[in-house]
Amino acid sequence: MSQKPEKLIDKKGLRLDGRKSDELRPIKIEVGVLSNADGSAYIEQGKNKILAAVYGPREVHPKHLALQDRMLLRCRYHMAPFSVQERKSPAPSRREVELSKVIRESLEPSIFLEYYPRTAIDAFIEVLQADGGTRCASITVASLALADAGIPMRDLVVSCAAGKIDDTIILDLMDTEDKMGVADVPVALMPNLNAITLLQMDGILTLEEFGNAVNLALEGCKKIYALQKEALKTKYVSVKEVEE
Amino acid sequence: MSSVVIRVKQKQIAQLIAKGKRLDGRGLTDYREIKVEQGIIERAEGSARVLLGRTEVMVGTKIEIGQPFPDTPNEGVLTVNAELVPLASPTFEPGPPDENSIELARIVDRGVRESKAIDVEKLCIDPGKKVFVVFVDVYVLNHDGNLIDASALAALAALLNTKMSNYEIEEDEVKIKPGYTPLPMRSHPIAITFAKINDKLVVDPWLEEEQVMDARLTMAINDDGDICAIQKGGSGYFTPEQVLEAAKIAKEKSQEIREKLDW
Repeated sequence: MSQKPEKLIDKKGLRLDGRKSDELRPIKIEVGVLSNADGSAYIEQGKNKILAAVYGPREVHPKHLALQDRMLLRCRYHMAPFSVQERKSPAPSRREVELSKVIRESLEPSIFLEYYPRTAIDAFIEVLQADGGTRCASITVASLALADAGIPMRDLVVSCAAGKIDDTIILDLMDTEDKMGVADVPVALMPNLNAITLLQMDGILTLEEFGNAVNLALEGCKKIYALQKEALKTKYVSVKEVEE
Repeated sequence: MSSVVIRVKQKQIAQLIAKGKRLDGRGLTDYREIKVEQGIIERAEGSARVLLGRTEVMVGTKIEIGQPFPDTPNEGVLTVNAELVPLASPTFEPGPPDENSIELARIVDRGVRESKAIDVEKLCIDPGKKVFVVFVDVYVLNHDGNLIDASALAALAALLNTKMSNYEIEEDEVKIKPGYTPLPMRSHPIAITFAKINDKLVVDPWLEEEQVMDARLTMAINDDGDICAIQKGGSGYFTPEQVLEAAKIAKEKSQEIREKLDW
Protein backbone atom coordinates (compact mmCIF):
# COMPACT_ATOMS: atom_id res chain seq x y z
CA MET A 1 0.00 0.00 0.00
CA SER A 2 1.47 3.32 -1.03
CA GLN A 3 1.71 6.12 1.49
CA LYS A 4 -0.83 8.89 1.23
CA PRO A 5 0.75 11.87 -0.51
CA GLU A 6 0.42 15.06 1.54
CA LYS A 7 -1.35 16.91 -1.20
CA LEU A 8 -3.19 15.51 -4.18
CA ILE A 9 -3.07 18.86 -5.92
CA ASP A 10 -0.05 21.21 -5.89
CA LYS A 11 0.23 25.01 -5.58
CA LYS A 12 -0.04 25.47 -9.34
CA GLY A 13 -3.30 23.50 -9.28
CA LEU A 14 -1.76 20.47 -10.95
CA ARG A 15 -2.59 16.89 -9.94
CA LEU A 16 -0.22 14.00 -9.16
CA ASP A 17 -0.02 13.06 -12.85
CA GLY A 18 0.36 16.69 -13.94
CA ARG A 19 -3.22 17.18 -15.11
CA LYS A 20 -5.31 20.30 -14.56
CA SER A 21 -8.47 19.91 -12.50
CA ASP A 22 -10.75 19.68 -15.56
CA GLU A 23 -8.46 17.58 -17.75
CA LEU A 24 -9.14 14.02 -18.90
CA ARG A 25 -6.49 11.33 -18.99
CA PRO A 26 -5.19 10.36 -22.45
CA ILE A 27 -7.80 8.14 -24.12
CA LYS A 28 -7.35 5.64 -26.92
CA ILE A 29 -10.38 3.83 -28.33
CA GLU A 30 -10.57 1.12 -30.97
CA VAL A 31 -13.70 -0.54 -32.37
CA GLY A 32 -13.94 -4.07 -33.81
CA VAL A 33 -10.97 -5.72 -32.14
CA LEU A 34 -12.21 -9.30 -31.71
CA SER A 35 -13.14 -11.48 -34.67
CA ASN A 36 -15.51 -13.90 -32.92
CA ALA A 37 -17.73 -11.32 -31.24
CA ASP A 38 -20.65 -9.67 -33.03
CA GLY A 39 -19.31 -6.37 -31.77
CA SER A 40 -16.26 -5.37 -29.77
CA ALA A 41 -14.24 -2.41 -28.61
CA TYR A 42 -11.15 -1.59 -26.59
CA ILE A 43 -10.36 1.46 -24.50
CA GLU A 44 -7.30 2.80 -22.77
CA GLN A 45 -7.95 5.66 -20.39
CA GLY A 46 -4.84 6.51 -18.44
CA LYS A 47 -3.59 3.10 -17.27
CA ASN A 48 -7.04 1.52 -17.59
CA LYS A 49 -7.14 -1.13 -20.30
CA ILE A 50 -10.60 -2.54 -20.92
CA LEU A 51 -12.01 -4.87 -23.54
CA ALA A 52 -15.71 -5.30 -24.31
CA ALA A 53 -17.45 -7.84 -26.53
CA VAL A 54 -21.10 -8.19 -27.47
CA TYR A 55 -22.83 -11.36 -28.61
CA GLY A 56 -26.39 -11.29 -29.91
CA PRO A 57 -29.23 -10.85 -30.40
CA ARG A 58 -29.20 -14.60 -29.92
CA GLU A 59 -31.26 -17.35 -28.35
CA VAL A 60 -31.70 -17.08 -24.58
CA HIS A 61 -30.10 -19.75 -22.41
CA PRO A 62 -31.54 -20.78 -19.99
CA LYS A 63 -34.82 -20.42 -21.84
CA HIS A 64 -37.00 -19.37 -18.91
CA LEU A 65 -35.13 -16.07 -18.71
CA ALA A 66 -36.50 -14.96 -22.09
CA LEU A 67 -38.80 -11.93 -22.06
CA GLN A 68 -41.92 -12.05 -24.19
CA ASP A 69 -42.05 -8.36 -25.11
CA ARG A 70 -38.40 -7.35 -25.31
CA MET A 71 -34.91 -8.66 -25.44
CA LEU A 72 -32.82 -9.46 -22.43
CA LEU A 73 -29.64 -7.49 -21.92
CA ARG A 74 -27.03 -9.17 -19.79
CA CYS A 75 -23.78 -7.58 -18.69
CA ARG A 76 -20.79 -9.07 -17.01
CA TYR A 77 -18.18 -6.72 -15.62
CA HIS A 78 -15.15 -8.70 -14.64
CA MET A 79 -11.63 -7.85 -13.52
CA ALA A 80 -8.68 -9.96 -14.56
CA PRO A 81 -6.71 -11.38 -11.60
CA PHE A 82 -3.63 -9.45 -12.77
CA SER A 83 -5.45 -6.14 -13.30
CA VAL A 84 -4.69 -4.78 -9.83
CA GLN A 85 -1.72 -4.61 -7.45
CA GLU A 86 -2.76 -7.57 -5.25
CA ARG A 87 -4.05 -10.53 -7.24
CA LYS A 88 -7.83 -10.47 -7.46
CA SER A 89 -9.61 -13.78 -7.20
CA PRO A 90 -11.28 -14.53 -10.54
CA ALA A 91 -14.56 -15.41 -8.81
CA PRO A 92 -17.05 -12.53 -9.13
CA SER A 93 -16.89 -10.27 -6.06
CA ARG A 94 -19.89 -8.42 -4.62
CA ARG A 95 -18.48 -5.25 -6.14
CA GLU A 96 -18.42 -6.86 -9.59
CA VAL A 97 -22.00 -8.10 -9.20
CA GLU A 98 -23.16 -4.60 -8.30
CA LEU A 99 -21.17 -2.98 -11.12
CA SER A 100 -22.50 -5.49 -13.65
CA LYS A 101 -26.00 -4.43 -12.59
CA VAL A 102 -25.45 -0.66 -12.73
CA ILE A 103 -23.59 -0.93 -16.04
CA ARG A 104 -26.47 -2.93 -17.52
CA GLU A 105 -28.96 -0.39 -16.25
CA SER A 106 -26.91 2.45 -17.71
CA LEU A 107 -26.88 0.82 -21.17
CA GLU A 108 -30.49 -0.43 -21.25
CA PRO A 109 -32.13 2.97 -21.90
CA SER A 110 -30.04 3.37 -25.06
CA ILE A 111 -31.21 0.16 -26.74
CA PHE A 112 -34.47 -0.48 -28.59
CA LEU A 113 -35.04 -3.63 -26.53
CA GLU A 114 -38.54 -4.14 -27.94
CA TYR A 115 -37.15 -4.81 -31.46
CA TYR A 116 -36.07 -8.38 -30.71
CA PRO A 117 -38.39 -10.03 -28.19
CA ARG A 118 -37.36 -13.42 -26.72
CA THR A 119 -33.67 -12.89 -27.55
CA ALA A 120 -30.64 -12.02 -25.48
CA ILE A 121 -27.68 -9.73 -25.89
CA ASP A 122 -24.65 -10.46 -23.79
CA ALA A 123 -22.11 -7.76 -23.13
CA PHE A 124 -18.87 -9.02 -21.62
CA ILE A 125 -16.50 -6.48 -20.12
CA GLU A 126 -13.01 -7.52 -19.08
CA VAL A 127 -10.86 -5.08 -17.14
CA LEU A 128 -7.31 -6.06 -18.09
CA GLN A 129 -5.72 -3.30 -16.06
CA ALA A 130 -7.46 -1.03 -13.56
CA ASP A 131 -6.51 2.54 -12.70
CA GLY A 132 -9.62 4.09 -11.20
CA GLY A 133 -12.81 4.89 -13.08
CA THR A 134 -13.15 1.43 -14.59
CA ARG A 135 -16.96 1.42 -14.40
CA CYS A 136 -17.07 4.61 -16.47
CA ALA A 137 -14.59 3.43 -19.08
CA SER A 138 -16.47 0.09 -19.17
CA ILE A 139 -19.74 1.83 -20.05
CA THR A 140 -18.05 3.94 -22.74
CA VAL A 141 -16.46 0.88 -24.35
CA ALA A 142 -19.46 -1.46 -23.95
CA SER A 143 -21.74 1.05 -25.67
CA LEU A 144 -19.33 1.09 -28.62
CA ALA A 145 -19.29 -2.71 -28.73
CA LEU A 146 -23.12 -2.67 -28.85
CA ALA A 147 -23.02 -0.16 -31.72
CA ASP A 148 -20.39 -2.27 -33.49
CA ALA A 149 -22.68 -5.29 -33.18
CA GLY A 150 -25.33 -3.33 -35.09
CA ILE A 151 -27.82 -3.25 -32.23
CA PRO A 152 -30.47 -0.56 -32.86
CA MET A 153 -29.77 2.25 -30.39
CA ARG A 154 -31.24 5.64 -29.50
CA ASP A 155 -27.85 7.08 -28.64
CA LEU A 156 -24.40 6.06 -27.49
CA VAL A 157 -23.81 5.99 -23.75
CA VAL A 158 -20.67 7.69 -22.54
CA SER A 159 -19.44 7.87 -18.98
CA CYS A 160 -16.97 9.85 -16.90
CA ALA A 161 -16.45 10.57 -13.22
CA ALA A 162 -15.89 13.81 -11.38
CA GLY A 163 -14.93 14.12 -7.75
CA LYS A 164 -13.25 16.13 -5.07
CA ILE A 165 -9.64 15.97 -3.91
CA ASP A 166 -8.37 18.30 -1.20
CA ASP A 167 -10.71 21.28 -1.82
CA THR A 168 -10.99 21.05 -5.57
CA ILE A 169 -13.63 19.54 -7.84
CA ILE A 170 -11.81 17.50 -10.49
CA LEU A 171 -12.55 15.48 -13.62
CA ASP A 172 -11.70 11.82 -14.35
CA LEU A 173 -10.21 10.49 -11.11
CA MET A 174 -7.34 8.05 -11.34
CA ASP A 175 -6.76 5.30 -8.80
CA THR A 176 -4.91 7.28 -6.09
CA GLU A 177 -7.33 10.20 -6.36
CA ASP A 178 -10.27 7.82 -6.07
CA LYS A 179 -8.85 6.13 -2.95
CA MET A 180 -7.43 9.20 -1.18
CA GLY A 181 -9.88 11.80 -2.39
CA VAL A 182 -12.95 13.21 -0.68
CA ALA A 183 -15.64 12.10 -3.12
CA ASP A 184 -16.22 10.31 -6.40
CA VAL A 185 -19.24 10.86 -8.68
CA PRO A 186 -19.44 8.56 -11.72
CA VAL A 187 -21.98 9.73 -14.30
CA ALA A 188 -23.13 8.19 -17.60
CA LEU A 189 -24.88 10.21 -20.27
CA MET A 190 -26.77 9.75 -23.51
CA PRO A 191 -25.43 12.98 -25.03
CA ASN A 192 -28.10 13.64 -27.68
CA LEU A 193 -30.98 12.97 -25.29
CA ASN A 194 -29.37 14.78 -22.32
CA ALA A 195 -30.24 11.77 -20.19
CA ILE A 196 -28.22 10.57 -17.20
CA THR A 197 -28.25 6.76 -17.12
CA LEU A 198 -25.74 6.16 -14.33
CA LEU A 199 -25.26 8.20 -11.20
CA GLN A 200 -23.44 7.04 -8.12
CA MET A 201 -21.52 8.81 -5.44
CA ASP A 202 -19.41 8.08 -2.43
CA GLY A 203 -17.71 10.56 -0.14
CA ILE A 204 -19.17 13.79 1.18
CA LEU A 205 -20.22 16.77 -0.94
CA THR A 206 -22.42 19.77 -0.26
CA LEU A 207 -25.36 20.29 -2.60
CA GLU A 208 -23.44 23.03 -4.42
CA GLU A 209 -20.31 20.90 -4.83
CA PHE A 210 -22.44 18.01 -6.04
CA GLY A 211 -24.04 20.23 -8.68
CA ASN A 212 -20.61 21.39 -9.86
CA ALA A 213 -19.27 17.82 -9.92
CA VAL A 214 -22.20 16.57 -12.01
CA ASN A 215 -21.77 19.43 -14.48
CA LEU A 216 -18.03 18.79 -14.76
CA ALA A 217 -18.63 15.06 -15.28
CA LEU A 218 -21.19 15.85 -18.00
CA GLU A 219 -18.64 18.06 -19.79
CA GLY A 220 -16.13 15.22 -19.56
CA CYS A 221 -18.72 12.84 -21.02
CA LYS A 222 -19.24 15.16 -23.99
CA LYS A 223 -15.48 15.27 -24.68
CA ILE A 224 -15.23 11.48 -24.57
CA TYR A 225 -18.32 11.23 -26.79
CA ALA A 226 -16.38 12.99 -29.58
CA LEU A 227 -13.64 10.33 -29.28
CA GLN A 228 -16.26 7.57 -29.23
CA LYS A 229 -17.81 8.78 -32.49
CA GLU A 230 -14.37 9.17 -34.04
CA ALA A 231 -13.45 5.57 -33.16
CA LEU A 232 -16.68 4.23 -34.62
CA LYS A 233 -16.22 6.19 -37.84
CA THR A 234 -12.58 5.11 -38.15
CA LYS A 235 -13.58 1.45 -38.25
CA TYR A 236 -16.37 1.85 -40.77
CA VAL A 237 -14.39 4.16 -43.05
CA SER A 238 -11.67 1.50 -43.23
CA VAL A 239 -14.24 -1.22 -43.90
CA LYS A 240 -15.58 0.82 -46.79
CA GLU A 241 -12.10 1.26 -48.25
CA VAL A 242 -11.49 -2.48 -48.22
CA GLU A 243 -14.79 -3.09 -50.03
CA GLU A 244 -13.89 -0.61 -52.75
CA MET B 1 -46.67 -9.74 -13.14
CA SER B 2 -47.64 -9.77 -16.77
CA SER B 3 -46.57 -6.77 -18.75
CA VAL B 4 -50.16 -5.99 -19.84
CA VAL B 5 -51.30 -5.51 -16.24
CA ILE B 6 -48.24 -3.38 -15.57
CA ARG B 7 -48.99 -1.15 -18.55
CA VAL B 8 -52.60 -0.60 -17.43
CA LYS B 9 -51.40 0.17 -13.92
CA GLN B 10 -48.68 2.43 -15.17
CA LYS B 11 -51.22 4.56 -17.03
CA GLN B 12 -53.40 4.88 -13.96
CA ILE B 13 -50.50 5.72 -11.64
CA ALA B 14 -48.98 8.15 -14.14
CA GLN B 15 -52.29 9.98 -14.67
CA LEU B 16 -52.68 10.43 -10.93
CA ILE B 17 -49.10 11.63 -10.51
CA ALA B 18 -49.61 14.20 -13.28
CA LYS B 19 -52.31 15.68 -11.01
CA GLY B 20 -49.94 15.57 -8.02
CA LYS B 21 -51.71 12.57 -6.46
CA ARG B 22 -50.82 8.98 -5.70
CA LEU B 23 -52.76 5.73 -5.53
CA ASP B 24 -52.40 5.50 -1.75
CA GLY B 25 -53.45 9.12 -1.19
CA ARG B 26 -50.02 10.58 -0.49
CA GLY B 27 -48.53 13.74 -2.01
CA LEU B 28 -45.53 13.33 -4.34
CA THR B 29 -42.95 14.02 -1.61
CA ASP B 30 -44.75 12.40 1.33
CA TYR B 31 -43.26 9.44 3.16
CA ARG B 32 -45.41 6.61 4.46
CA GLU B 33 -45.70 6.29 8.22
CA ILE B 34 -42.35 5.36 9.78
CA LYS B 35 -42.19 3.22 12.93
CA VAL B 36 -38.91 2.31 14.58
CA GLU B 37 -38.47 -0.23 17.37
CA GLN B 38 -35.04 -0.86 18.86
CA GLY B 39 -33.55 -3.65 20.95
CA ILE B 40 -35.98 -6.39 19.92
CA ILE B 41 -33.49 -9.26 19.61
CA GLU B 42 -31.75 -9.86 22.91
CA ARG B 43 -29.06 -12.15 21.52
CA ALA B 44 -27.87 -9.52 19.04
CA GLU B 45 -25.52 -6.72 20.15
CA GLY B 46 -27.95 -4.30 18.53
CA SER B 47 -31.22 -4.65 16.71
CA ALA B 48 -34.11 -2.72 15.24
CA ARG B 49 -37.30 -3.19 13.28
CA VAL B 50 -38.51 -0.52 10.90
CA LEU B 51 -41.96 -0.31 9.40
CA LEU B 52 -42.24 1.99 6.40
CA GLY B 53 -45.92 1.68 5.59
CA ARG B 54 -46.25 -2.08 5.10
CA THR B 55 -42.59 -2.59 4.26
CA GLU B 56 -40.90 -4.27 7.19
CA VAL B 57 -37.17 -4.67 7.73
CA MET B 58 -35.30 -6.07 10.70
CA VAL B 59 -31.62 -5.49 11.31
CA GLY B 60 -29.42 -7.25 13.82
CA THR B 61 -25.82 -6.36 14.55
CA LYS B 62 -23.16 -8.70 15.89
CA ILE B 63 -19.70 -7.73 17.04
CA GLU B 64 -16.71 -10.03 16.85
CA ILE B 65 -12.99 -9.58 17.25
CA GLY B 66 -11.08 -9.90 14.01
CA GLN B 67 -8.22 -8.57 11.94
CA PRO B 68 -8.18 -5.09 10.40
CA PHE B 69 -7.62 -4.55 6.67
CA PRO B 70 -3.91 -4.05 5.92
CA ASP B 71 -4.49 -0.54 4.53
CA THR B 72 -6.45 0.61 7.61
CA PRO B 73 -4.64 -1.03 10.57
CA ASN B 74 -6.17 1.37 13.13
CA GLU B 75 -9.77 0.98 12.09
CA GLY B 76 -12.53 -1.42 12.98
CA VAL B 77 -14.31 -3.24 10.17
CA LEU B 78 -17.90 -2.78 8.98
CA THR B 79 -19.63 -5.57 7.06
CA VAL B 80 -23.14 -5.21 5.71
CA ASN B 81 -25.15 -8.10 4.33
CA ALA B 82 -28.75 -8.16 3.15
CA GLU B 83 -31.13 -11.10 2.87
CA LEU B 84 -34.28 -10.88 0.79
CA VAL B 85 -35.97 -13.54 2.90
CA PRO B 86 -38.41 -15.69 0.87
CA LEU B 87 -41.23 -15.09 3.35
CA ALA B 88 -41.17 -11.38 2.49
CA SER B 89 -42.52 -11.53 -1.06
CA PRO B 90 -43.77 -14.00 -3.68
CA THR B 91 -40.92 -12.79 -5.89
CA PHE B 92 -38.11 -13.68 -3.44
CA GLU B 93 -36.57 -17.12 -3.78
CA PRO B 94 -34.25 -19.02 -1.46
CA GLY B 95 -30.67 -19.31 -2.57
CA PRO B 96 -27.42 -17.39 -2.61
CA PRO B 97 -27.73 -13.57 -2.64
CA ASP B 98 -28.72 -12.24 -6.06
CA GLU B 99 -27.74 -8.87 -7.53
CA ASN B 100 -30.69 -7.13 -5.84
CA SER B 101 -29.71 -8.15 -2.34
CA ILE B 102 -26.04 -7.43 -3.02
CA GLU B 103 -26.94 -3.97 -4.34
CA LEU B 104 -29.18 -3.31 -1.32
CA ALA B 105 -26.40 -4.28 1.09
CA ARG B 106 -23.86 -2.17 -0.74
CA ILE B 107 -26.10 0.92 -0.75
CA VAL B 108 -26.74 0.61 3.00
CA ASP B 109 -23.00 0.02 3.51
CA ARG B 110 -22.07 3.08 1.43
CA GLY B 111 -24.38 5.36 3.43
CA VAL B 112 -22.97 4.25 6.78
CA ARG B 113 -19.35 4.11 5.62
CA GLU B 114 -19.13 7.33 3.61
CA SER B 115 -20.93 9.43 6.23
CA LYS B 116 -18.41 8.07 8.75
CA ALA B 117 -21.37 7.20 10.96
CA ILE B 118 -19.29 4.83 13.08
CA ASP B 119 -16.10 6.15 14.67
CA VAL B 120 -14.11 3.16 13.41
CA GLU B 121 -10.86 4.27 15.03
CA LYS B 122 -12.44 3.66 18.43
CA LEU B 123 -13.00 0.02 17.38
CA CYS B 124 -9.28 -0.66 17.26
CA ILE B 125 -7.98 -2.96 20.01
CA ASP B 126 -4.41 -3.67 18.94
CA PRO B 127 -3.31 -1.75 15.78
CA GLY B 128 -2.74 -4.02 12.81
CA LYS B 129 -3.72 -7.11 14.81
CA LYS B 130 -7.07 -6.94 16.55
CA VAL B 131 -10.10 -4.77 15.94
CA PHE B 132 -13.83 -5.06 16.47
CA VAL B 133 -15.72 -6.21 13.40
CA VAL B 134 -19.30 -4.93 13.18
CA PHE B 135 -21.64 -7.18 11.23
CA VAL B 136 -24.87 -5.53 10.08
CA ASP B 137 -27.37 -8.06 8.80
CA VAL B 138 -30.39 -6.63 6.99
CA TYR B 139 -33.38 -8.95 7.04
CA VAL B 140 -36.28 -7.96 4.78
CA LEU B 141 -39.48 -9.37 6.31
CA ASN B 142 -42.18 -7.81 4.15
CA HIS B 143 -41.65 -6.17 0.78
CA ASP B 144 -44.02 -3.35 -0.07
CA GLY B 145 -41.53 -1.13 -1.87
CA ASN B 146 -38.58 1.12 -1.01
CA LEU B 147 -36.48 -1.52 0.71
CA ILE B 148 -33.46 0.78 0.49
CA ASP B 149 -34.76 3.56 2.76
CA ALA B 150 -36.32 1.09 5.20
CA SER B 151 -33.11 -0.95 5.37
CA ALA B 152 -30.91 2.12 5.82
CA LEU B 153 -33.15 3.37 8.64
CA ALA B 154 -33.22 -0.03 10.31
CA ALA B 155 -29.43 -0.39 10.00
CA LEU B 156 -28.90 3.02 11.59
CA ALA B 157 -31.44 2.31 14.34
CA ALA B 158 -29.71 -1.00 15.10
CA LEU B 159 -26.25 0.60 15.16
CA LEU B 160 -27.50 3.30 17.55
CA ASN B 161 -28.77 0.47 19.72
CA THR B 162 -25.54 -1.56 19.56
CA LYS B 163 -23.51 -2.25 22.69
CA MET B 164 -19.90 -3.36 22.73
CA SER B 165 -18.47 -5.48 25.52
CA ASN B 166 -15.91 -3.77 27.74
CA TYR B 167 -12.48 -5.36 27.49
CA GLU B 168 -8.94 -5.12 28.75
CA ILE B 169 -5.69 -6.43 27.33
CA GLU B 170 -3.72 -8.84 29.50
CA GLU B 171 -0.50 -10.28 28.07
CA ASP B 172 -1.65 -9.76 24.48
CA GLU B 173 -4.95 -11.48 25.22
CA VAL B 174 -8.23 -9.64 25.01
CA LYS B 175 -10.24 -10.22 28.18
CA ILE B 176 -13.90 -9.36 28.23
CA LYS B 177 -14.92 -7.38 31.29
CA PRO B 178 -18.44 -7.04 32.61
CA GLY B 179 -20.51 -4.14 31.35
CA TYR B 180 -21.10 -2.57 27.96
CA THR B 181 -20.36 0.67 26.10
CA PRO B 182 -22.48 1.95 23.24
CA LEU B 183 -20.99 1.70 19.74
CA PRO B 184 -19.26 5.06 19.03
CA MET B 185 -21.57 6.80 16.54
CA ARG B 186 -21.08 10.32 15.17
CA SER B 187 -23.40 10.73 12.18
CA HIS B 188 -26.90 9.71 11.14
CA PRO B 189 -27.11 9.12 7.38
CA ILE B 190 -30.69 9.05 6.09
CA ALA B 191 -31.38 7.52 2.66
CA ILE B 192 -34.04 9.17 0.51
CA THR B 193 -35.23 7.23 -2.54
CA PHE B 194 -37.05 8.62 -5.57
CA ALA B 195 -38.91 6.84 -8.33
CA LYS B 196 -39.26 8.43 -11.73
CA ILE B 197 -42.67 7.68 -13.18
CA ASN B 198 -43.70 9.30 -16.45
CA ASP B 199 -41.00 11.96 -16.05
CA LYS B 200 -42.10 12.96 -12.52
CA LEU B 201 -40.27 12.28 -9.26
CA VAL B 202 -42.01 10.74 -6.25
CA VAL B 203 -40.35 9.90 -2.93
CA ASP B 204 -40.67 6.63 -1.03
CA PRO B 205 -42.19 4.55 -3.84
CA TRP B 206 -44.32 1.66 -2.64
CA LEU B 207 -44.49 -1.69 -4.43
CA GLU B 208 -47.03 -0.77 -7.14
CA GLU B 209 -45.07 2.35 -7.99
CA GLU B 210 -41.80 0.42 -8.09
CA GLN B 211 -43.32 -2.04 -10.54
CA VAL B 212 -44.07 0.73 -13.02
CA MET B 213 -41.19 3.15 -12.40
CA ASP B 214 -38.70 3.97 -15.14
CA ALA B 215 -35.78 4.56 -12.80
CA ARG B 216 -34.82 4.91 -9.18
CA LEU B 217 -32.48 7.31 -7.41
CA THR B 218 -31.27 7.09 -3.81
CA MET B 219 -29.37 9.82 -1.99
CA ALA B 220 -28.02 9.45 1.55
CA ILE B 221 -27.78 12.71 3.49
CA ASN B 222 -25.67 13.25 6.63
CA ASP B 223 -26.42 15.44 9.68
CA ASP B 224 -24.94 18.55 8.00
CA GLY B 225 -27.29 18.19 5.03
CA ASP B 226 -24.45 17.08 2.73
CA ILE B 227 -24.77 14.17 0.33
CA CYS B 228 -22.71 11.13 1.32
CA ALA B 229 -23.86 8.41 -1.09
CA ILE B 230 -25.88 8.10 -4.28
CA GLN B 231 -27.13 5.19 -6.32
CA LYS B 232 -29.20 5.25 -9.47
CA GLY B 233 -31.04 2.08 -10.34
CA GLY B 234 -33.51 0.80 -12.90
CA SER B 235 -33.33 0.86 -16.67
CA GLY B 236 -34.47 4.44 -17.21
CA TYR B 237 -32.72 7.79 -17.00
CA PHE B 238 -32.82 11.17 -15.23
CA THR B 239 -32.21 14.60 -16.71
CA PRO B 240 -29.50 16.71 -15.04
CA GLU B 241 -32.25 19.06 -13.77
CA GLN B 242 -34.11 16.16 -12.13
CA VAL B 243 -30.92 15.05 -10.37
CA LEU B 244 -30.39 18.49 -8.84
CA GLU B 245 -34.06 18.77 -7.90
CA ALA B 246 -33.84 15.37 -6.20
CA ALA B 247 -30.78 16.49 -4.20
CA LYS B 248 -32.73 19.49 -2.84
CA ILE B 249 -35.79 17.42 -1.91
CA ALA B 250 -33.57 14.74 -0.33
CA LYS B 251 -31.96 17.33 1.93
CA GLU B 252 -35.37 18.60 3.13
CA LYS B 253 -36.82 15.13 3.58
CA SER B 254 -33.81 13.85 5.52
CA GLN B 255 -34.11 16.75 7.97
CA GLU B 256 -37.81 16.04 8.36
CA ILE B 257 -37.17 12.36 9.16
CA ARG B 258 -34.30 13.18 11.48
CA GLU B 259 -36.53 15.57 13.48
CA LYS B 260 -39.37 13.08 13.59
CA LEU B 261 -37.11 10.33 14.94
CA ASP B 262 -35.12 12.71 17.14
CA TRP B 263 -31.74 11.57 15.73
